[in-house]
Amino acid sequence: MREITYADAIREAMSEEMRRDENIIFMGEDIGLYGGAFGVSRGMFEEFGEERVLDTPITEMAITGAAAGAAMTGLRPIAELMFSDFMTLAMDQLVNQAAKTRFQFGGQASVPMVLRAPGGSGTGAAEQHSQSLEAWVCHAPGLKVVIPSTPYDAKGLLKTAIRDNNPVVFIEQKLLYRTKGEVPEIEDDYTIPLGVADIKREGKDLTIITYGRMVQRSLEVADKYAEKGIEIEVIDIRSLVPLDKDCLIQSAKKTGKVVIVHEACQTGGFGGELSSVIVDSDAFFYLDAPVKRVGGLDVPIPYNPNLEALVVPTIDSISAAIDEIL
Amino acid sequence: MKNTKGITSHAKSVKITKEKYLDMYLKMVQTRKFEEKAARLFVEGKVHGTAHFCIGEEATGIGVCSALENEDYILQTHRGHNQGIGKNMDINKMMAEFLGKETGYCKGKGGCMHIADFSVGSLGANGIVGGGIPLAVGAGLSQKYLKKDNITVGFFGDGASNEGTFHEALNLASVWKLPVLFVCTNNYYGMSTHVSKSMNIDDISVRASSYGIKGLALDGNDVVNIYKETLKAKEYVKENGPMLMVLNTYRWFGHSKSDPQAYRSKEEVKEWKEKCPIKRYSEFLIKEGLASKDDLEALDKQAEQDIINAVEFAENSPEPKIENIFDDVYAD
Ligand SMILES: Cc1ncc(C[n+]2csc(CCOP(=O)(O)OP(=O)(O)O)c2C)c(N)n1
Repeated sequence: MREITYADAIREAMSEEMRRDENIIFMGEDIGLYGGAFGVSRGMFEEFGEERVLDTPITEMAITGAAAGAAMTGLRPIAELMFSDFMTLAMDQLVNQAAKTRFQFGGQASVPMVLRAPGGSGTGAAEQHSQSLEAWVCHAPGLKVVIPSTPYDAKGLLKTAIRDNNPVVFIEQKLLYRTKGEVPEIEDDYTIPLGVADIKREGKDLTIITYGRMVQRSLEVADKYAEKGIEIEVIDIRSLVPLDKDCLIQSAKKTGKVVIVHEACQTGGFGGELSSVIVDSDAFFYLDAPVKRVGGLDVPIPYNPNLEALVVPTIDSISAAIDEIL
Repeated sequence: MKNTKGITSHAKSVKITKEKYLDMYLKMVQTRKFEEKAARLFVEGKVHGTAHFCIGEEATGIGVCSALENEDYILQTHRGHNQGIGKNMDINKMMAEFLGKETGYCKGKGGCMHIADFSVGSLGANGIVGGGIPLAVGAGLSQKYLKKDNITVGFFGDGASNEGTFHEALNLASVWKLPVLFVCTNNYYGMSTHVSKSMNIDDISVRASSYGIKGLALDGNDVVNIYKETLKAKEYVKENGPMLMVLNTYRWFGHSKSDPQAYRSKEEVKEWKEKCPIKRYSEFLIKEGLASKDDLEALDKQAEQDIINAVEFAENSPEPKIENIFDDVYAD
């Protein structure tokens, strides 16, 4: 299979969907000729023109609200925030408007929009450009939340998100944009359903449940343990809402040991939810040890590269949690 | 009380049918009676929550919406019964929603602060001050993109015009030249705060100039002029992109049902009550020979009966069931 980058995969998903459906438009800051801050949309302006690839002013609230309003009235907008941190500026339009529209109007409308936003640390961009705020949006019923970890998943999940009739927050991992992975040829239209986790590595001794950038790191950890004869199963949940609870529960039952890994600060993070899913289920009776969470430290992401690398889960901190319960 | 200067103009050339004149009158009276009844239902303990009444402001929503087609969209405010009735919403379903019933517009899940009727182009009222203004931009974007010959009206208050949403939305709509008419109902207060304490301008319509769009300030109690100006504005925004129309009026009641109104004098309220938009309109209709006193009394009676029917419909409607609570959180 050919290999393309995570950024290319996202561009392909958007472009293919826009070719398929004329009512899909794409809006955001500097996404046009400039091609987006991370180059994700390079070439799209040339192909689809300014009617469908709309450069906006720096106006996160209006981008998000306009996408919601357009989605309510017949279009299927994809909106891009330059950094997921700027969801804070768009929060009313996202949480109070887009997420609630269908329910509060008794099912009269749907809001088929995707809000794409690069998240996560690792680029030295410091406190205001490095956050992992996914837990905030998972807490708003009405929104779906997706975080892909590979080019293959990014393309398949984004296509599904675009075809979904709900507002989907699609958080991309800025550190993964340049990573490559296998993706089917352009002609092979494929999608990945939301709410289906992917077992990225099978194992029988312990389960790591993770998502986003921490999938690769968890796989590295699993490789390390494999050398010692310990088989770790790595589950990439891929979509946080809806969540594939069954997959997590089954794996916990199989291995009896669970470590949850995510980059976002641990307190109030999505890891608490993942942990609850397991201990709330009959998997609880199969557990041989407490469920361990390895989240980011409860600090803003610092600028200094050494510090930045140490405030999120590392090979060592994940390994330490594993060793505690093995 | 400051007087707004602003640009005013009279759209004398527009012809209005007698039917239209009387329809606007009926809707203004329906709005008033709807709210008077709603206020009584609170006193009788039949509803909980809150409601924001637009008594005294009827000319704004009725005047603007009477100039719209079904396919034109509106985004309403928390004080939007006049906007909804003006856009031909079903009064029975409005009342049922107000009482939180299954037969209400939102199946009892939204209440009157979140009422909507997509079938008549109402994209919903909003509990967030200024929350609907960016949505109006999106609706206008759809209309432009889909090449529809229609416009979107985004309603909001004077207080909302201090929110970021207002500024971001006007700017974006202007840059994209969208067919959006932004309508500010200036009733001079955001809860207790007089406009003179929330902005350093007398005339809110001057805010339009920051976005390179046309601003217009009108007497918000003159339904005929509002109607005519909206007809003109519709053509204007289709051609040129957005416009800001400010309607200066007054709310007679408190901000919501629990407001002692310590922030304004009885004299001020009295002064504005004398400028009642319905009284003024009925005098106009009689003076112009468009209706007799009897005609108007008949319409008053009809409005009264409409509201009695609506309450009966609502009270006899079933309560929503908790079994259906997850319906519509997500679309299929
Ligand atoms: C974002 C937000 N802030 C505050 C409130 C509380 N609130 C509801 S209505 C209102 C006053 C709004 O004033 P204005 O926009 O002038 O409209 P009016 O009530 O006068 O019709 C306030 C402060 C709210 N609902 N939303």
